[in-house]
Amino acid sequence: MITTNIETVPGRTILEHYGIVQGSTIRAKHLGRDIAAGLKNLVGGELRGYTELLQEARDEAYDRMVEQAEEMGANAVVNVRFATSSVTSGASEILCYGTAVLVQ
Amino acid sequence: MYAYLQILIPLGLLLLGWTVGTLLETAHYRRIRRREGQHHHVPVTTERRLWNPELPIAESRMVRGQVVVSVDYFKRFLAALRTLFGGEIHSYSSLLDRGRREALLRMREQFPNADVFLNLRFETSTISSGAGKALGTVEVLAYSTGVRYTEAMRPPAVPDPSSEE
Repeated sequence: MITTNIETVPGRTILEHYGIVQGSTIRAKHLGRDIAAGLKNLVGGELRGYTELLQEARDEAYDRMVEQAEEMGANAVVNVRFATSSVTSGASEILCYGTAVLVQ
Repeated sequence: MYAYLQILIPLGLLLLGWTVGTLLETAHYRRIRRREGQHHHVPVTTERRLWNPELPIAESRMVRGQVVVSVDYFKRFLAALRTLFGGEIHSYSSLLDRGRREALLRMREQFPNADVFLNLRFETSTISSGAGKALGTVEVLAYSTGVRYTEAMRPPAVPDPSSEE
């Protein structure tokens, strides 16, 4: 599966459009990471636990989108976008969406 | 005794935040500059089209890089003071700068042999401790489409002037 965040796949011709595909996940942070992050907050810098958490969430959303595209018979997703929104305190939704297409 | 502690603990935390925070930030900036030197010759653009679309392309795929960074206790204190008078919060600008540059580098490292990155997008979101209480922690995501030309068609690599610093 090829994904891009522009309208085309450079070097390939788009043969068919299948429409929107999307994947999303809602994640809450867990207490252990919260405590570690709270300590790290005193001195600043990267909060690795949170980085990993959000990375996993994005991978999950992305995989779900790709799964949907595969079901449609697509072999590429173009114009992929990410969006993040906080649903409740301590939890956020990660959304990944794009257009499923068939390329050469 | 208790009254002393009430003053000493925040003062100690401020001192800790200021010293360790500054050290960590300097070290991080050093790492960022070194890595930026390594990737310096590959253009990253917000442009959606290739400048020379006639060249044969070997591979193109989406890449992303992300990081969660936070400010230290001292800077958070400065920012809180600043909200009394208004104006630019200088202590937070380095936070966002670090975050963006780190995310961009991680994105580049996902596709080390790319020749160009198209349509770069940044997305920044705040992380709160619940009930809208901002922690001075931000998450930065950078994503784009990396393109690699066929080997024979590759434009010659530009020597990097900033690698020797």
